[in-house]
Amino acid sequence: MARYAMAIDTVRCVGCMDCVAACKTENGVPEGYDRDWITYESTGQFPTLHMEIRSERCNHCDDPPCVGCCPCGASHIHERGGVVLVHHDKCSGCKACIAACPYDARFIHPDGYADKCTFCIHRVEAGKDPACVAVCPTHCMHFGDLEDPHSEVSRILASRNSHALVPAAGTKPQIFYLR
Amino acid sequence: MNALSRRKFLKITGFTAGAAAAGTAALRATGVLQPPAPERGTRTVPTSCDICFWKCGAIAHVRDGELWKIEGNPLDPLSEGRLCPRGTGGIGAHFDPDRLRSPLMRKHLRGEEEWVEVTWDEAFDFIAKKMTAIKEQHGPEAVALFSHGIGGNFLKHMIKAYGSPNITAPSFAQCRGPRDVGFRLTFGEDVSSPERTDIRNARCLVLIGSHLGENMHNTQVQEFADAVGNGATVIVADPRFSIAASKAKYYLPVKPGTDIALLLAWMHVIVTEGLYDKEYVAAHGFGFEQFAASLAPFTPAWAYPETGIEPSVIEATAREMAAHKPSTLVHPGRHATWYGDDAQRSRAIALLNALLGSWGRKGGFYTPVSMDVPGYPYPEYPKSERGKVDNPGHKYPFAHETITTGIREATLTGQPYPVKGWWVYATNLIHALPNEAETIKAIQNLDLMVVVDVIPSEIAGWADVVLPESVYLERHDDLNVEWFREPFIALRQPVVPSPHEQKPNWWIAKSMAERLGLGAYFPWKDIEEYFQHRLTAAGLSYERLKKDGIIRGVKQPVYFAEGVTPTFPTPSGKIEFMSPQLQQAGFDPVPVYHRPPPAPPGSYRLLFGRSPVHSFSRTQSNRILSDMMPENEVWVNTDIARRHGLTHGQYVRLKNQDGVVSNRVRVKVTERIRPECVYIVHGFGHTARGLHHAAGKGASDAQLITRYATDPLMGGTAMNMNFVTFEPAEA
Repeated sequence: MARYAMAIDTVRCVGCMDCVAACKTENGVPEGYDRDWITYESTGQFPTLHMEIRSERCNHCDDPPCVGCCPCGASHIHERGGVVLVHHDKCSGCKACIAACPYDARFIHPDGYADKCTFCIHRVEAGKDPACVAVCPTHCMHFGDLEDPHSEVSRILASRNSHALVPAAGTKPQIFYLR
Repeated sequence: MNALSRRKFLKITGFTAGAAAAGTAALRATGVLQPPAPERGTRTVPTSCDICFWKCGAIAHVRDGELWKIEGNPLDPLSEGRLCPRGTGGIGAHFDPDRLRSPLMRKHLRGEEEWVEVTWDEAFDFIAKKMTAIKEQHGPEAVALFSHGIGGNFLKHMIKAYGSPNITAPSFAQCRGPRDVGFRLTFGEDVSSPERTDIRNARCLVLIGSHLGENMHNTQVQEFADAVGNGATVIVADPRFSIAASKAKYYLPVKPGTDIALLLAWMHVIVTEGLYDKEYVAAHGFGFEQFAASLAPFTPAWAYPETGIEPSVIEATAREMAAHKPSTLVHPGRHATWYGDDAQRSRAIALLNALLGSWGRKGGFYTPVSMDVPGYPYPEYPKSERGKVDNPGHKYPFAHETITTGIREATLTGQPYPVKGWWVYATNLIHALPNEAETIKAIQNLDLMVVVDVIPSEIAGWADVVLPESVYLERHDDLNVEWFREPFIALRQPVVPSPHEQKPNWWIAKSMAERLGLGAYFPWKDIEEYFQHRLTAAGLSYERLKKDGIIRGVKQPVYFAEGVTPTFPTPSGKIEFMSPQLQQAGFDPVPVYHRPPPAPPGSYRLLFGRSPVHSFSRTQSNRILSDMMPENEVWVNTDIARRHGLTHGQYVRLKNQDGVVSNRVRVKVTERIRPECVYIVHGFGHTARGLHHAAGKGASDAQLITRYATDPLMGGTAMNMNFVTFEPAEA
């Protein structure tokens, strides 16, 4: 079984939002919404500052609270790679998943269903990287299978320090930020 | 937007669940698009991007007859298959509901933005009549062209054929001009564009106000990430803690306008400690002794009160630069019109690079190469007796390109001769030139004002005739024979048809020339015949270029170490540490620091820069790009915000020293900027009536730039000379 994950290099990332633009065009995300976004987290006092820039999205958690809470069976774990997806036709738009997500990753699409990052599963199944990864001009994003120790994402996570977001939520997120 | 939650931000900026989809379906529902062609499946077309002027190679995807997405062309040496966010969002230009649809002529007064839709024939006939009258009465030089980007090449050709040498772009006097003059005075050559900076191989990269990552020239940002990823030492001097500063080993929060003091102190350390590349300086330098002696007073201790940078930091960073020489790149910047002594600051940057031996060296500056593609054999242009109008008496002796603001001045004064017609292509002069009142006053003196654009920009609002151009995804442009670290040529070709009456620039120029009796200058039937001719002459295949979008040439040496012969086309044939040219013209032969005037009490110096998702004032109506950044913010230091009772996210208006008040703009309360200045991203605060989506969002720096200083060497207009206070604004 594959276990898809992303390792995102905060050292290289400049926060240019190309990942956001690519997701919008690849997936036809409606105006006013986004499936991925940039967070600029700066700490310290001028001029002694530190800033981490992160491209964020659904963490495709191993223990996703958005799936357990869904009353319609719309939120589910895809058979391939542990990707968390939503059956649009089954979703009632009740927003339980939005409340449950610790990452603010979901929104209600104008057509009435909960929407979010799919890891571009349609591209991955065609042997391509997700659009955000493929477009990145800084080559800061790595996608792959954590079950395969030789995958790029496994190798880079083995060799670099990284952290995930909101670990206290206990959802086992699968997006890792390299420092 | 750190302090606001992301979704909350979307709510307060007014997006709702009912917002229009960015895709094509919603646009069709609103009647913007014509019915789709009965095309099925997905096809790709290689072309090149035009959202900025970097011209990255791209591959557009069309799905079921509709533009779907655009990706980088892996064959392209500039983008290496990865576009920047503006390029990725570029399809929004095609779908923009606010774009110009048909030729327009003004109904009443200029600037009222009241239009009558006309046919192309009616528009051309009107313009031809006016141009003929201007030529008869004032001579052909009385028509000027402001043009930015490769798209304007055929219009330039048309204006030259008409007989005018007055062709200009804000990219010189409002942007990179001082830099190119400073480097030309020192090394004999421009930095040019794409910049010949070998960022990828730099072991130490010094950025002075350059905000790579926010300024999104694709190749440079890709190489910046490579340099950072490879562990290069990054040194950033900037009053603002930029994205680049967040990657720096040394961040130097320099006081605005004191960069020359910092540069002199760095050079003082490198020279007095003997850390410069002695062999390189001995072999290639001219006037080094006089230059070195001039640095004596400029110790780090002297620079400290000027710049705010501690002497130990100046020393440490100078030594770090020297430790990595010659692979230390002191980046020459791009938008360099800041304080009025900009060519001299650029010369100081050039001299620091010269000390480090980086010009012509790996990790410094490479020597650009290109393919040999002969031009089209046109008849000779008529010779102008009077010469150019922009720089009478060579008042700015080192201006080697035409000065936009010089043409504006001539239009205002009628001296040295009257200018009675403006053509404006793809440059929104209201946002690009300082002091818009002068621009508007100059326009009042014109007999003819033509604007060619894709959107109803502010400058289009002042036109007599507006000609709607096809966006880059719908048109051919001139062949791009690029100068870069490897030779290549690139094609821009249509992916989808224009949805309304828009036409490509080559067609506009050719049709106009034919109306003016200048058809002999456009002997080709269409642009493809022109391409065929030029490529055949170069021994290249147009069919292959159409299929691949790019043809790469054979790699050539680009560093001295690879066999490039060091040549410095200065008068001495060497790198001019001391400049006899400057001395003879009555200027400082070595850079001298002048302290900038302080901000008036209680006001803040207005600085401006770039966003990675917008190009100038051209993209705010692109729905994909505006969705990522719908408005700009004014960056205010935390302490200053507290002093004025400003809270993060609230609206204020900015009022400048001349009483000009901006549109409302959100406050970004941040630690990431010095207290004596504020910062906004350029290009927002649109006022044009036709820009329904973009108008009224954010503040325009251009509107607040009523004062500017002119660089005495080359006529560049320095724009960081304005000071603002905060005024209340409705929520």
